Amino acid sequence: MFPWLTILGLLPLIGGLAMIFVRGTAAKQVGLAFSLVTLVLAIIVAFTYNTGTKGFQLAEQATWIKAIGAHYALGLDGIGLTLVLLTAFLTPVVLIASWNDPDLPKPGEPVSPDGTAVTHRWGAHAFVGLILATEGFALFAFTATDVFLFYLFFEVILFPMYFLIGGFGGARRAYAAGKFLLFGLFGGFVMLAAVIGLGIVSAQHGAPSYLLTDLTQLHLSTNVERWLFVGFMIAFAIKAPMVPFHTWLPDSVEQSTPGGAVMLAGVMDKLGTFAMIRFCLQLFPDASKWATPVVMVLAIISIIYGALMAIGSKDLHRLIGWTSVSHFGFIVLGIFAFTTQSASGATFYMLNHGLSTAALFLAAGFMIKRRGSRDISDFGGVVKATPLLAGLLLFGALSALALPGMSSFISEFMVLAGTFSRHPIYAVVATIGIVLAALYALIMYQRTATGVPTAAVTEKFTVDLSGKERLALIPVALVILVLGFFPKPILSIINPTVSDTLTQHVGLTDPQPHASEGGR
Amino acid sequence: MTPLEVTQATGLFSLSWLLIAIPGVIAALLLVAGKVSNPWGHILATLAPIASFVLALLLFLQLLGRGVGDRSVNLKLYDWIAVGNWHIEAGLQIDQLSIIFALLITSVGSLIHIYSIGYMAHDPNRRRFFAYLNLFIAAMLLLVLANNYFALFVGWEGVGLASYLLIGFWQDRPTAATAAKKAFVVNRVGDLGMSVGIAFMLYLFGSVQFSDVNAGAANMTFTQATILGLLLLLGACGKSAQVPLQSWLLDAMEGPTPVSALIHAATMVTAGVYLIVRSHAIFAQTETAALVVSIIGTVTLLAGAWIGCSKDDIKKVLAGSTMSQIGYMMLAAGIGPAGYAFAIFHLVNHGFFKANMFLGAGSVMHATDDDVNMRHYGALRKALPITFVTFGMGYLAIIGFPFLSGYFSKDHIVEAAFDRSWILGVLALIGAGVTAFYMTRLMIMTWFGRDRYADGVHPHESPLIMTVPLILLAIGSVFAGLLLNDWIGGWLDPAVGGQSGHSGIFDFSLIGGITLPVVAIGVVIAILIFGRGRQIPVEQPASRSPFTLAGRNDLYGDAINEAVFMRPGIGLVEGVTKTDTGGVDGAILGVSGIIAGVGARLRRWQSGFVRSYALTMIAGAFLVGIVVVLGRLA
Amino acid sequence: MDPQAYIVMSAILFSIALLGVMIRRNVLIVFMCIELMLNASNLALVTFSRMHGSLDGQIAAFFVMVVAAAEVVVGLAIIVTIYRTRRSASVDDANLLKF
Repeated sequence: MFPWLTILGLLPLIGGLAMIFVRGTAAKQVGLAFSLVTLVLAIIVAFTYNTGTKGFQLAEQATWIKAIGAHYALGLDGIGLTLVLLTAFLTPVVLIASWNDPDLPKPGEPVSPDGTAVTHRWGAHAFVGLILATEGFALFAFTATDVFLFYLFFEVILFPMYFLIGGFGGARRAYAAGKFLLFGLFGGFVMLAAVIGLGIVSAQHGAPSYLLTDLTQLHLSTNVERWLFVGFMIAFAIKAPMVPFHTWLPDSVEQSTPGGAVMLAGVMDKLGTFAMIRFCLQLFPDASKWATPVVMVLAIISIIYGALMAIGSKDLHRLIGWTSVSHFGFIVLGIFAFTTQSASGATFYMLNHGLSTAALFLAAGFMIKRRGSRDISDFGGVVKATPLLAGLLLFGALSALALPGMSSFISEFMVLAGTFSRHPIYAVVATIGIVLAALYALIMYQRTATGVPTAAVTEKFTVDLSGKERLALIPVALVILVLGFFPKPILSIINPTVSDTLTQHVGLTDPQPHASEGGR
Repeated sequence: MTPLEVTQATGLFSLSWLLIAIPGVIAALLLVAGKVSNPWGHILATLAPIASFVLALLLFLQLLGRGVGDRSVNLKLYDWIAVGNWHIEAGLQIDQLSIIFALLITSVGSLIHIYSIGYMAHDPNRRRFFAYLNLFIAAMLLLVLANNYFALFVGWEGVGLASYLLIGFWQDRPTAATAAKKAFVVNRVGDLGMSVGIAFMLYLFGSVQFSDVNAGAANMTFTQATILGLLLLLGACGKSAQVPLQSWLLDAMEGPTPVSALIHAATMVTAGVYLIVRSHAIFAQTETAALVVSIIGTVTLLAGAWIGCSKDDIKKVLAGSTMSQIGYMMLAAGIGPAGYAFAIFHLVNHGFFKANMFLGAGSVMHATDDDVNMRHYGALRKALPITFVTFGMGYLAIIGFPFLSGYFSKDHIVEAAFDRSWILGVLALIGAGVTAFYMTRLMIMTWFGRDRYADGVHPHESPLIMTVPLILLAIGSVFAGLLLNDWIGGWLDPAVGGQSGHSGIFDFSLIGGITLPVVAIGVVIAILIFGRGRQIPVEQPASRSPFTLAGRNDLYGDAINEAVFMRPGIGLVEGVTKTDTGGVDGAILGVSGIIAGVGARLRRWQSGFVRSYALTMIAGAFLVGIVVVLGRLA
Repeated sequence: MDPQAYIVMSAILFSIALLGVMIRRNVLIVFMCIELMLNASNLALVTFSRMHGSLDGQIAAFFVMVVAAAEVVVGLAIIVTIYRTRRSASVDDANLLKF
């Protein structure tokens, strides 16, 4: 059988390695070519995916380390496919949008033209290579069906990201990158302990195996299951991130380039929530149910806390980072409400959050590049100077506040209404988040875009979106709109896998309508 | 009550999605095409609602031709969300209620588009304005034509977006940007009710289809029905600017005047009434929630009238009046089966006469260099004769002059209110009198008396493209009541589960007999205070009357919001920010600080002196030895 | 003859050497003390070999001698180099390798 998934993951990694040999514009072109081929491949894979079949598709499997039962095993289910598509789509967008960002200053040029940006440590080839490496590792992580293999990519993805922040970020990038790496590694080591524990338990029940299909057959004692769950969950909650493990995210995205921030919040963080569905729910269903109240309360705190912090943010990147904390709260809430609608909604939310964050980060990034500052108070009246740019910023903001018609609304609605059918009170409290979302999104837009243009804005916002900038942003906006009105293609991929996870592993069926006995 | 048969769409009805698609596509086209479409954009955009109107009219005629039983036509377009046991469709329902709305929206919308061609002629962003107007028309049509609450909610937010964009159309004015944001955020509070309400429907019925909800409504317990009703009411309060979510409407007057006419008077703000009437099956199960609807309506009708009495800004007087009139509709909608048809009847009439008056106000502003202060008007009837006459028609219609539109619908509502409870009836009656008072005040200050406009202002009649819509709307204000009075009750009752009873044009009731004198008293008082021989100061006189002050300050709605929500909210944000930097992040930095500190101390041990290393090593060897020996002994 | 005495002898030699390493600063003395320690342990190894009647201890002693010889070669070379550059034979003067 043709190893589609291996090739899918390897392509960007090979592209990343190719950056050793090329420099400058050529590097960007080669990188973009690799990411586009990956996207085409991902689309082909999506078309070969059969929504009617249960279990993993396009599966590949080979024994890797026999002694501990680790396999090189890849496979695709609906949840993984959704995130594969997101990753493959966002990478070329990021590369196009940050076309000129990672260029080294030409000789003779002032080191920091606007006085804010610090020079990059390396040139464009390194940026492109690191982005591609992140993509490749993410693709492998989303398709891995062996816990050990997943752990490997879950950890190794930290390193390209670390260098993206540390090599291309703002003034405090060293601090941010270090914080990012330490949080990631801490979570990783907690998870490693749980992974080892899982391996030991698996060895006690016969031949050790890290294959997901084998592990789901294990019968764990209540205590062991809970401890292992906690170990995994801490790692995923840090990656997601959930309050109180969130503090690295605002710092990291604040210091990242817009492109790096998209890869970070849009792609890499999805590993956490993805793994919650894939591993926590499938491997430890009873412990997941046991932990539901705590996790849901934390999710709701994340929703409201993140939104409040976003309202109070003075830095554009940081604000968007906080909105992500809030949105991840919704995703986790949906996953742990255990209804088909909420969990499908949460999975769809992962996709939509990636898209809307990308729109927001990139539009904000284009503004920051023009103004030379991330500080919200340095903007004002942008819409007068560059209406298209401001319009797309508003589009991103509306997508972040989940306006109906945008894809994010579908998922937010599914999460809230799905949660309501099992836990009405939690859902009602979480709904407060939608009011706060309107506040942070519109306050941000009002402060940056409306009003009389300030002198600095008039001086610096001379050109509206360039061709490349449009090429990057408009496809994202289009996808958001199309999925907002016609989410069926994606939902039909997600839904079978999610309802499978819930009915077969967690063992919960959706609540029946409460007043329907006489209906129709 | 048996649910109506819903027939599937065939023939022309299967094209009804075009109603929404035409303006929607043209809006997108104008936004995407950019400056290229500047020369012809407004023409194309004006054709869109006209095309929709023609289509709506054809559909209406077809419905008229059908039997009473199959006037409810369902058109499923595709599955929007089909997950688990949910099947949320993108679907339309053309029935007696929605077609009335579609006609109102497209007809008034078309006239306002035409008017705007003249009104916005000198605005550099006219194309964008028309694109937003079309977006609004599309969203509003989706709102009223949807066959389920989810699609309705999409339209609901769509009109909110259009309203946001249009209030803030002049984005370089900070006040406009703030007003737009305020409108959106306050509406979001209402949406909170809508979202939870829709989730609650899925919880109860597993469906949001109108037909399923209506069918299942009877199975709700009283508590469930009351909660659901109140949640929907919260949504309605936000959209329709009812107390306590009224504060955004007055600020929304920052938008261009055609917007105020179309969105904030004739159509969007009445969506709340539509929602309540559409949810009649739910309110039929809960006396309490229905009563709350009526009470909110009554409170708002008085509050709006109060504000209308004390404002000098002509648009704000009209906005207060809009609040007040929608209050009447809510009052009627809360009365239940006896009131639904009257609520819609008044809504249609109000759509005509209020759009008429707002556009008239726009014409006045056009004539006076965009001055909105009525104290700077006076004697304009000579300069703007056409506007004066059309505005006068609207005025007579709103105060309920016999045989004009407001006369029929408002009387019905007052009458129904008396049937429900004499308290509501008396308050509605007082509202009618106050309405007559403040509208007369507006008329006198604007059209009569001495001219008070500043030097250099030369009022002139507006061009034909603006006056023709005014004339058409004035005709509507005059005749809508006469035309619809005998018919609308019977038409709507099957769709809204109403029992409005039949009333002929010349059926006079006792209540009707009381209303007229009350209105007359209001008019007379206004004439006595502001009429002939009275000087109207150009500056607003200082007032110490608490009533006047409260009215001028929008009944302190903003102050309350600020004290109750904004200040604590800002405090909360600051508190959370401090907690995060000090507490959560502080704890993490603290831990890392401790580790770094310990490391810095321990580092000193590595002194570089070989002999101290040797000492440490020996000490360690001794320690190991002692442990081994003790281990042996133990 | 009692092999115990050789063990005591070895312990005494080792202790003297240990004190020498800790007390003296002259790098050559320290170095000689280390040699002394090695030889003290050699003595102990050979004695143990005798006591247990196996040759393992003696073999280990040969290893230690080889290591000691190698150490002398490298160590003296380092000492000479340090003396040439720093003009000092005190161990406390060679303290650059620290925190």
